[in-house]
Amino acid sequence: MIPVCRLDDLPAGESARVDTVPPIAVFNADGELYAIDDTCTHQDASLSEGWLEGCLIECPLHAASFDLRTGAPTCLPARRAVRTHRVTVDDGVIHVHVAAEEDTAA
Amino acid sequence: MRTVVVVGASLSGLYAARELRAQGFDGRLVVVGDEPHRPYDRPPLSKDFLTGRADEDRLALSDTEEMAELDAEWLLGTRARDLDTRGRTVLLDDGRTVSGDGVVIATGASARRLPGPALAGVHTLRTLDDARTLRAELTAGARRVVVIGGGFIGAETASSCAGLGHDVTVVEAAPLPLVPQLGPEMAALCAALHRRGGVELVTGTGVAALRGTVAVTAVELSDGRLLPADVVIVGIGAVPNTGWLAGSPLALHDGVLCDDGCATALPQVVAVGDVARVGGTRAEHWTSATEQPRIAVRNLLAGYTAETVRPLPYFWSDQYGARIQFAGRRLDTDTVRIAEGTVTDGVPGEDGLLALYEREGRTTAVLSVDRPRPFMRARRELARGAGAMETVSRAL
Repeated sequence: MIPVCRLDDLPAGESARVDTVPPIAVFNADGELYAIDDTCTHQDASLSEGWLEGCLIECPLHAASFDLRTGAPTCLPARRAVRTHRVTVDDGVIHVHVAAEEDTAA
Repeated sequence: MRTVVVVGASLSGLYAARELRAQGFDGRLVVVGDEPHRPYDRPPLSKDFLTGRADEDRLALSDTEEMAELDAEWLLGTRARDLDTRGRTVLLDDGRTVSGDGVVIATGASARRLPGPALAGVHTLRTLDDARTLRAELTAGARRVVVIGGGFIGAETASSCAGLGHDVTVVEAAPLPLVPQLGPEMAALCAALHRRGGVELVTGTGVAALRGTVAVTAVELSDGRLLPADVVIVGIGAVPNTGWLAGSPLALHDGVLCDDGCATALPQVVAVGDVARVGGTRAEHWTSATEQPRIAVRNLLAGYTAETVRPLPYFWSDQYGARIQFAGRRLDTDTVRIAEGTVTDGVPGEDGLLALYEREGRTTAVLSVDRPRPFMRARRELARGAGAMETVSRAL
């Protein structure tokens, strides 16, 4: 369980990057918190710097898009899912529970 | 339509095959590719592939599952030699012919080479085979590398070579690289990245000759200077692969001439990607090669230009640890200002910058160095702006 930041510091529409290996991106999508692997599965780009719209995050480099709820790509050029991670808020602090490697979404 | 032949098995050829199936074409689909490889992504060749950070499995654009879904016949390692006058039969270099009632031309472009005899140690960087050969040479110990051409391929390759510990010089014939793309002010900032990366940039002089008998030993510049070299990488642009179309009635002029819907002068023949001059513009951009096939295939299947597209030009380049992104259509008369970030001693700061090109108070293009979020916002605004994305659907 990795602390990310205070909930107050991640308003709706914002994202945070956690410097784990591999890095993780945490999003506040209209009040719902989601965490996924930060690196686009197509090429090296940080999804935390992407365009957030509803539950979809668009990669800033080639416009691949992922569903934050499942990690699944919703359009090309990405073909592989990113891992999703569970998020909790404890005492006003956002925590990410890193998924085990074998939980990688198919 | 019963058979469609896609000539070209790279990015735009694969996207065309995908679009054909996605738009309901269930006939015979034949894809011809001159390289022996399944479709792969070229941008990493000058970057992570060259430095060894990424291997070949990371380059694949498709997988076995999709290949099965596409249900195409892949004629790889086979070059198209001719297209008949009706634009229906493709002659292959092994003598076979493939006939279809639709043809997608996606033969791309080839790296431009220097005239003169071939010397060992002289490379171009366009294909996977090019990159494999160069990578092998760069891992065999420290080399003196001269990169000819300061464009994006040249700069990225120089950056990768420097990252591998080689001694690198870039030679650019113009007074400054990338001026046509970025304008002089921003081109100067990007040129400064070479310095930041420890690479010498020699500008304003062309190459007179390559020295050496079997292997290259030096590059002789037009101003008389001699640059010793073990490895020379020629990055002086690409020429569209239209030679095989010389006997066809298609209009060729630095690419296959198409209307705004990728349709050529022949019915049932469309062109996409680097080889296509669409509505007067031939863009060698990755994004164009992925966006054009949807429109081209729609018009191919419709049998007339039902849809046209003029997407916002977009390209990016990774060099010396910086990510450059550019979107829009700038004119030389546009002004440019730095909206975010700073420049110190003519070099973009480590925290990057965002520059806006403007005309009559309107933003026409945007350039970012390591500022992906504001860049994305600006790019979207440009795409939404009047005239930028002109998708016109015509009903019969």
